[in-house]
Amino acid sequence: MKILVCMKQVPQKDAPLKLNESGTWIREDVSYEVNEPDAYALEEALRQKEKHGGEVVVITSGPARSQQVLREALAKGADRAIHLEDNAFVGLDALNTARAFAAAVKEEQFDLIFTGLQSDDYGYAQTGVVLAELLGWPHATIIMHIEKNDAGIRVKRELEAGFFQFVDMPLPAVLTIQSGINKLRYATLIGIKQAKNKPLRKVAMADVQSALSTNLQKIERLYVPQKTKQTQFLEGPAAEIAKKLVDKLRNEVRVL
Amino acid sequence: MADSILVVVEQREGKLNRVSWETVAAGQAIAVDTGWTLEAAVVGRGVAGFAGEIAAKKASKVYAVESPKLEPYTPEAFSAALKQFIESKQPKLVLMPHTYQVRDFVPKLATAMGRTAISDCIGYKKDGSNLLFTRQMFQGKLTADVSFACDAPWFVTFQNGAFRGDKAEAGASAAPVETVNVNIADGVIRNKPQDVFKEAKQAVDLTQAEIIVSVGRGIKEQKNIELAKQLAEALGGELAASRPICDSGWLPMDRQIGSSGQTVAPKLYLALGISGAIQHIVGMKGARTIIAINKDSEAPIFEIADFAVVGNLFDIVPPLIEEVKKAKAGS
Repeated sequence: MKILVCMKQVPQKDAPLKLNESGTWIREDVSYEVNEPDAYALEEALRQKEKHGGEVVVITSGPARSQQVLREALAKGADRAIHLEDNAFVGLDALNTARAFAAAVKEEQFDLIFTGLQSDDYGYAQTGVVLAELLGWPHATIIMHIEKNDAGIRVKRELEAGFFQFVDMPLPAVLTIQSGINKLRYATLIGIKQAKNKPLRKVAMADVQSALSTNLQKIERLYVPQKTKQTQFLEGPAAEIAKKLVDKLRNEVRVL
Repeated sequence: MADSILVVVEQREGKLNRVSWETVAAGQAIAVDTGWTLEAAVVGRGVAGFAGEIAAKKASKVYAVESPKLEPYTPEAFSAALKQFIESKQPKLVLMPHTYQVRDFVPKLATAMGRTAISDCIGYKKDGSNLLFTRQMFQGKLTADVSFACDAPWFVTFQNGAFRGDKAEAGASAAPVETVNVNIADGVIRNKPQDVFKEAKQAVDLTQAEIIVSVGRGIKEQKNIELAKQLAEALGGELAASRPICDSGWLPMDRQIGSSGQTVAPKLYLALGISGAIQHIVGMKGARTIIAINKDSEAPIFEIADFAVVGNLFDIVPPLIEEVKKAKAGS
């Protein structure tokens, strides 16, 4: 099977974020990492390839820094990478991001496209499904298991509150992958070495521009959330904090 | 035609999803602020009964959008049905709850109509004639006001708990109900869904627990779970976790709190090393008291905590266990 994995670089989970001057996005000077569900999507693609043969291609969009995500994926076993390289890709809405990906791979024929179920920065949970619609392919979301069969694939969808559902679908298809579908592997030293010689194709904004429109939605303002609750911060040495907490538990929360 | 708001309520497996009332409440509030009329629709096979239930709420009309092909749920059929219906009614704004089902078809529907969806919103603002929708970004660390930069219809989904379902106003008299049969062509549906099932009987029902000690990434290693377990035992509570802990197999999935796990509202929720991603918060924000211990002072969990400790949980939890034991022994 030939599988494309859409990946994204996002700010590290613990990274303190600062707003840019116009208050519409964050400042770029933070540490980045791979979007967590995308790491699981990559792992699943590698496992499918190990079972059924084929090829795993990884794609991302963003400035030069985001190439790191592709390098890591190649080191883990992806065969080649596509980088839509331009800072302007960061500001695209889900529709335009999906359009850019579709335009960048229009000469290729994939059996499956994986995305993480949502990104840790925007959190729209849309790009994969939008991409499926643009390609005219079936899709399934929040996937916890994939099995190939003669007619196509059987996938296990996660529903709310501990429910699941199997769905049979033909190929090609787009799947959005849930964190925890598998156990992530680490890149090996040999893998890291080999990655340097694997093909990485760069795509410029100009190459896909004709497929894009202006964004259909706009972030007017980004800000630190207003608190809705009065939070009491307890400070001091650990032993003192423990005493204060027990006092709260006894006299205010009344559970002791 | 006057501008209108369409609320699409959710039914699944023959049950109206309770979160639908929250979306009705959201629609009613926006209707008051904009002067637009409010209509509602329920999509499926044999859903006129649900339409009748919704019609008791203040709305100008309720539609039952029907086709035999809408059962069982597929994203293809729901998208096709709503596209036909929305194109004929031309609402300005289409509101839905941000459920797993809606997430599965709304991006497809919006794209098929050449539009966009602002998803997982927690509120709205009226800024002059402009409507802004508020949503959390960067895992809840920042909030954004987002506007539409395209023609209507505008699609918006609201997060579970963003509005109060019990605030959905009843109408003076029942709203008229109309059945609209949609035609879904052969070949549109490619997915073949099987029956919905539960993995295994849940061993732990966290929803009944009065005290929950919950661990997140900050616990760092599987062996450290023991520390949280000791605290839970000292307090007489249950141990729970955020998704990454269960994903790693450190605790079983039935101890997971959040959108994909259990939703709880205990007397006390003690969060250890949990940053407070949206998916976790929706599962525990109903707790009466929230205590959070986290080393990251900007962790979103502190936004909803009653008592907060910025610090290393490995320093604070051991003396806390001792103090709790002392307090229990003395009482």
